[in-house]
Amino acid sequence: MNAGLNLHIENLGVHYRQRTVLCGVDLHDIQPGELIALAGPNAAGKSTLLKAIAGLVPASGQIRYGLDNWSGWSAGKRVAHIGFMPQTSAESSNLTVLEATLVALQCGRTGARKDDEMTALRVIEHLGIGELALRALQELSGGQRQLAALAQAVVRGSPILLLDEPVSALDLAHQWQVMNVARRLANEGRIVIVVLHDLALAAQWADRIAILHNQRIHAFGRPNAIITDALLREVWGVQARVRTCEQGRPFVLVDAVATDMDRPRRQTTTG
Amino acid sequence: MHLDQPFSQAPDSETAAIHVRWQQHRRIMRRRRGIVVALALLALAAALIDLFTGSAALTPTQVMRGLWNPDSLTTPMQVVLWQVRLPVALMALLVGGALALAGVEMQTILNNPLAEPFTLGVSSSAALGAALAIVLDWGVIGSNATWLVPANAFVFALTSLMLLQFLAQWRGAQAQTLVLFGIAIGFSAGALLSLLQFMASEEALQQLVFWSMGSLARADWQSVAIVAATLAVTLPFSWRAAGQLTALRLGEERARSFGIDVTSLRRWALVRISLLAATAVAFVGTVGFVGLVAPHVARMIVGDGHRHLLPASVLIGAALVALASVASKSLLPGITLPIGIVTALVGLPVFMGLILRRSGGQG
Repeated sequence: MNAGLNLHIENLGVHYRQRTVLCGVDLHDIQPGELIALAGPNAAGKSTLLKAIAGLVPASGQIRYGLDNWSGWSAGKRVAHIGFMPQTSAESSNLTVLEATLVALQCGRTGARKDDEMTALRVIEHLGIGELALRALQELSGGQRQLAALAQAVVRGSPILLLDEPVSALDLAHQWQVMNVARRLANEGRIVIVVLHDLALAAQWADRIAILHNQRIHAFGRPNAIITDALLREVWGVQARVRTCEQGRPFVLVDAVATDMDRPRRQTTTG
Repeated sequence: MHLDQPFSQAPDSETAAIHVRWQQHRRIMRRRRGIVVALALLALAAALIDLFTGSAALTPTQVMRGLWNPDSLTTPMQVVLWQVRLPVALMALLVGGALALAGVEMQTILNNPLAEPFTLGVSSSAALGAALAIVLDWGVIGSNATWLVPANAFVFALTSLMLLQFLAQWRGAQAQTLVLFGIAIGFSAGALLSLLQFMASEEALQQLVFWSMGSLARADWQSVAIVAATLAVTLPFSWRAAGQLTALRLGEERARSFGIDVTSLRRWALVRISLLAATAVAFVGTVGFVGLVAPHVARMIVGDGHRHLLPASVLIGAALVALASVASKSLLPGITLPIGIVTALVGLPVFMGLILRRSGGQG
């Protein structure tokens, strides 16, 4: 693992046919060991941003990792550095959790190695789904499947992890478990970027939060600094109160959906 | 959770448990390899029974002796064994294997359990090509009488799948789009075929109907060699793609996230499928259900891992058509039924039974 390299995203843009999904996205100086939460309203382009970093959708602008400029790199080449967990889950496959993890480990390189199975089993064990290792994916619950998908993203030991809504189908205990794993992976020197809808969860676990709105980064900084009443109104269009818990972390109480009168006009919200 | 240990190390308390699971996994893999070997023996046995069956009076002992030492048989019996039974038996194995391989790859790349070459218009396109040869005496390779029908069927089957490929690429190669285009191509070819049948003479119509029922009786050493060569060329590439095909079972998005170029994987799989299906249909006509049933049965017994699934499908397909060939010769005394009818008649109930048993087990 080549730890210690910074990830730089500059002026990134994604256009699908005629539509602009992302435009001028900047995320500077993401350090190894950092857990970044990516939040924003539905259809803000959070998943697209992760895919653009992974090279799965064509994007303009620059992505630099250490001294490498990834602009001309295919997804196949970037995959050596990136573990990406997409949102979709496989429902109809009768592969076992272990088989699926092995496939993720062995894809993109020739031949199996002797200790592949042990590596995969260790990762599965670390995620707390050891007993499920030999069960078929189609027999698992949504939450268990999510953890199996996480195992597939993590198993290559990539220095950058992109997790697209990893806790969306999970109960509280499993949410904690997944975020705890993400935190540990970051603590080991990886860059972890997680798409989260729950701002409280983001504030609890992330070092910095990036808010995506109107095709660009609306705010990027420490949870305490950026989560404010005004931000919630501007970005999500809700009337909400931001409070701080005993540990000093912000949490959000939503009172109502703001009417159009309360919302500032969209053009003024870029920042 | 094991908060302090890095991911590359096993959590101490769990090392024993991991080892047990590793051994269990190894056992499962060994069992699957055993199943593949057993299926190979089954296909071989089916082919032998196929060799033993026929209207000519050849005992199994004579057949076995005749295989090692052709001179031990009388000349007519030599001809029966070496020019009729053996090519037919080999063709049954090869066509079954080819159709099953095409079917399993198609089901995977389209993520659709109903996909097989024939549900996506290959059979009707091939039949259209054959009809042009039989009814209008028009051929893509001129008028060499022996090759006119198979060559036309081959070219039309191949063209239909290439057209599918082209349409899919033009519109972005989504699995759903491919299925819909395939169905559309199938219906268009079917309509044109009906038009030709409507215009055909009675004799040509009869010939056409027989052709489309599928028959192994036309097999000779030359056609056996061509189907064998097609399978020999495509199999290594399928095998090389096995890992990527397995990943595709986790969903297209996931496969892409592993760094797999899904578009290219799909394109090359379609090329293999086209060659396999077109060659098979050119020499034996429409043999339905094998490409659908064999992969399903294989999936039930060896799972979705393509390192086992591909060989298991091929062997099940081979055994299935070999057994169908036996049935086609022995169901009605003195008459060899068209193989396509038998595979459908035998394959369908078996398939339904398996599905019912499985859904019963789950519910």
